[in-house]
Amino acid sequence: MKIHEYQAKAIFARYGLPVPRGYLVLNVEGAAAAATRLAQETGSPVAVVKAQIHAGGRGKGGGVKVAKGGAAEVRDLAQKMLGMQLVTHQTGPGGQKVRRLYVEQGLDIGRELYLGAVIDRDRRRIAFMGSTEGGVEIEKVALEMPDKILTVHVDPTVGLAGYQSRELAFALGLGAKETLPKFVKLMAALYEVVTREDCSLCEINPLVVTRSGDVVALDAKINLDDNAEFRHPEWRELEDKDEEDPVELEAKAAGLNYVSLDGNVGCLVNGAGLAMATMDIIKHFGEKRGVAPANFLDVGGGASQEQVTKAFRMILRSPKVKAIFVNIFGGIMKCDIIANGIIAAAKELGLKVPLVVRLEGTNVELGRKILNESGLAIQAASNMADGAQKVVSAVAA
Amino acid sequence: MSVLAGKETRLLVQGITGSAGAFHAKQMIEYGTRIVAGVTPGRGGETFDGRVPVFDTVKQAVRASGANASCIFVPPPGAADAILEALDAGLELVVCITEGIPVTDMLKVRRVLEGLRGRARLIGPNCPGIITPATAAGGCKIGIMPGHIHRPGHVGVVSRSGTLTYEAVGQLTALGVGQSTCIGIGGDPVGGMDFVDVLELFQADADTHGVILIGEIGGGAEERAARFIKEHMTKPVAAFVAGTTAPEGKRMGHAGAIIAGGKGTAAEKIAALQGAGARIAPTPSDMAATLVEMMRG
Repeated sequence: MKIHEYQAKAIFARYGLPVPRGYLVLNVEGAAAAATRLAQETGSPVAVVKAQIHAGGRGKGGGVKVAKGGAAEVRDLAQKMLGMQLVTHQTGPGGQKVRRLYVEQGLDIGRELYLGAVIDRDRRRIAFMGSTEGGVEIEKVALEMPDKILTVHVDPTVGLAGYQSRELAFALGLGAKETLPKFVKLMAALYEVVTREDCSLCEINPLVVTRSGDVVALDAKINLDDNAEFRHPEWRELEDKDEEDPVELEAKAAGLNYVSLDGNVGCLVNGAGLAMATMDIIKHFGEKRGVAPANFLDVGGGASQEQVTKAFRMILRSPKVKAIFVNIFGGIMKCDIIANGIIAAAKELGLKVPLVVRLEGTNVELGRKILNESGLAIQAASNMADGAQKVVSAVAA
Repeated sequence: MSVLAGKETRLLVQGITGSAGAFHAKQMIEYGTRIVAGVTPGRGGETFDGRVPVFDTVKQAVRASGANASCIFVPPPGAADAILEALDAGLELVVCITEGIPVTDMLKVRRVLEGLRGRARLIGPNCPGIITPATAAGGCKIGIMPGHIHRPGHVGVVSRSGTLTYEAVGQLTALGVGQSTCIGIGGDPVGGMDFVDVLELFQADADTHGVILIGEIGGGAEERAARFIKEHMTKPVAAFVAGTTAPEGKRMGHAGAIIAGGKGTAAEKIAALQGAGARIAPTPSDMAATLVEMMRG
């Protein structure tokens, strides 16, 4: 789960990790008022207006602007930014609509650094990475200047050790007497944030050193581990539905795994691996004929008839879907439940596109019988490849 | 012969009185797995299904039943704790089916496993489990896979995905080719046994003559497997990597199936495996055929 910068900074602040002073605003008046308030609080008229969307690269896309002219300029910037489609390398060509702004105090920046924490899957540790190349995409640094990144891995039974923070501090040029203790304290707070808040990613890019020697998180990006939702009831308030694909949200509410794709074949599959493989095989046979998967949909190992109906309904509603491929290898999942779910949805919404069904597993004969007797125009497939070829032909024909 | 699971396995089931635990415990017993105990805290003294004694703690269960392996169906909030309890009780094999365990919990479990230095093995979490198909001498199923699709034989299957494993097994069986042992290592970013750990066992097992390896996007497990295959495997390996069509930055069902920062793509993994001498199935429908072709030379 992704959250906004202002939300991540609120979490940082709670753990004593230094962030600039700022206010979330939803309209132009609010932006001007926030600027006035910041000027009073900080004694400086400089403010930064930052678009809040769940994507990186906002600065380059025009989603981060510095205002030196006080509230009037902030108002103008907010006017331009609110409602714009902000396009970054992470949003896709359509961009993401800006609905929330964060108005923040401007800082007198000395240096920009990078600091991030990730789950290192290969080492099975939380890894902290620091780099002197702040403000740049870390993937780019890792690729082009890997020696510019210092990584420390944390033993979960020990926690982040002081020496590890110092190693990072010296590598980042923060070893001076006045910055070292500040950075070590910041690292301790960051480790608490990552572990207690169940972050799967936590990035400060840039981490800045101000001319007065303070170390401050100028940006903040946090991804939360969806698996830990059960112990964080407060996460519900962090969710911003405007940032999510509405169909994916609906799927999540129904307990289904769904990802929208660009193609024209709707897929309904049980199991994540098989669902991905189904997409792959459609592309394998369909690539040269303009046929590709329209979605990833895993109904899970033990879906109910109602869930299958919901899943099928979601596929049927999509205007881009020109044919549907149901691919079930029912281990524990019973084929008759799948068949009944499909029929219920098809009868409700009408089946206007070709439907190819491959059923395998428990109660397969009963499932096939139910589909055969339904009166629906269904092409039965003998295996996965046969099904993929049939559905490709149905679209390409 | 087989690896890890066999007729010596004396299984206990943690979470045996829950709905999933109870359902699958019955299925396992039906398949021929020797379930000697169940564990549900607070339900000690009960009997499951008229024959399996239930205990409050894993240590009590092990002491009373001589169990040497555990299968875990405990829901996510308590699942990592259940793994730790099984490890602390000295069990050699722990299979965790549970999906949805927080990754920070699993980091701690991994750390404990490292301290045990190979004295215990964890399969999963978020996996279908392990099965050594039934022969006249009996079979052993620890997990949730459909037993009936398996046949005893000489192909080892190792996979990060559940249903895609069933798909491969179904293909093998349809071709008349049996399996020595099939292991689903699970779809989480941090888990127990890795491809390499399983390949090591298959390479050493005289009864396994060839291997199907099923990977997917995310992480570097397939690349590590490729290095192992290149350096240590003399047996044929056919492979499939799911997710060629998966978009970047989206979690594809499994918590671990995500391309992050351009890393973990199917193309990279396929290239690594191919470079190591594994043969890549052109489609997921050809996994068994690809291996059989290799084995026939």
